[in-house]
Amino acid sequence: MEPTYLLAAIAKPDLITFAAAALMVIGGAFGVIASRNPVHSALSLVLTMFGIAVLFIEQDAQFLAAVQVIVYAGAIVVLFLFVIMLLGVDRQEVFGRESLRAQRPLAAAAGVIALGEVLLLARTTWATGAHAANGPVGNSYDNVQRIAAEVFSTYLLPFEATAVLLVIAVLAAVYLARRVVTTNAEEEDSKMVEGKAVDR
Amino acid sequence: MSVPGSWYLILAAVLFSLGIIGVLVRRNVIVMFMCIEMMLNAVNLTFVTFARMLGDIAGQVLVFFVLVVAAAEVVVGLGIIVSIFRRRLGATADDLHILKG
Repeated sequence: MEPTYLLAAIAKPDLITFAAAALMVIGGAFGVIASRNPVHSALSLVLTMFGIAVLFIEQDAQFLAAVQVIVYAGAIVVLFLFVIMLLGVDRQEVFGRESLRAQRPLAAAAGVIALGEVLLLARTTWATGAHAANGPVGNSYDNVQRIAAEVFSTYLLPFEATAVLLVIAVLAAVYLARRVVTTNAEEEDSKMVEGKAVDR
Repeated sequence: MSVPGSWYLILAAVLFSLGIIGVLVRRNVIVMFMCIEMMLNAVNLTFVTFARMLGDIAGQVLVFFVLVVAAAEVVVGLGIIVSIFRRRLGATADDLHILKG
């Protein structure tokens, strides 16, 4: 189909929504890359996440859109901002000083080459012929039910594995972020191993 | 007729490439980490688009798992970054070139 006919065939609300969300996503991505201040990068990341959430709703993934806003924009970016503020690393990056010569132009070229590669691959036949044995996506009323039915039946074992993964992540975060007060940390660690609780 | 799925795939490819460029160009480890999150989001968008195009809910379920793994990854990654900064190293990846214990 010719592009002009295609543009006319797309419903106007869908087209406007897609264009606005795509602008949010791309603009936010440029903001993340180009901002000198990490706080501005984090705020641009929120813009990108919201654009992705809008595109999820546009494609009948209501549950994922809500989770995207809650988890990414609500939790992950706030965690980023918290770490930035906590560490006081919001000083601006010096773009001029480079330890690796010609690294930035080569990196930009590598990114453009990767984009061209993906688009070139998109022109070939996708290797996604057979459908899996799962149900359809559903509409805005039963999207959550369908996802839940799949997660708790077909994908039950991966679901339990993610529970284990989250517990491991919490333990790892607590261990990594603990404050070692004294200089002889190894000695305290050995005391911990022996079972004597050391108050840190 | 709604927006064709290939447009979403192209948008996801552009977002993924911007994430690659960000990881390669930036020096601040936290901003590099944000760019990795952007790449994850691009892949999520691809999954959801294929879920719609193929009429298969498994794509959305995979995005759900990717979200969980991304949350765990952010927690551990930021913990590592915090513990690095505790040792009074600099803010950029160039300052982390010595991986001695």
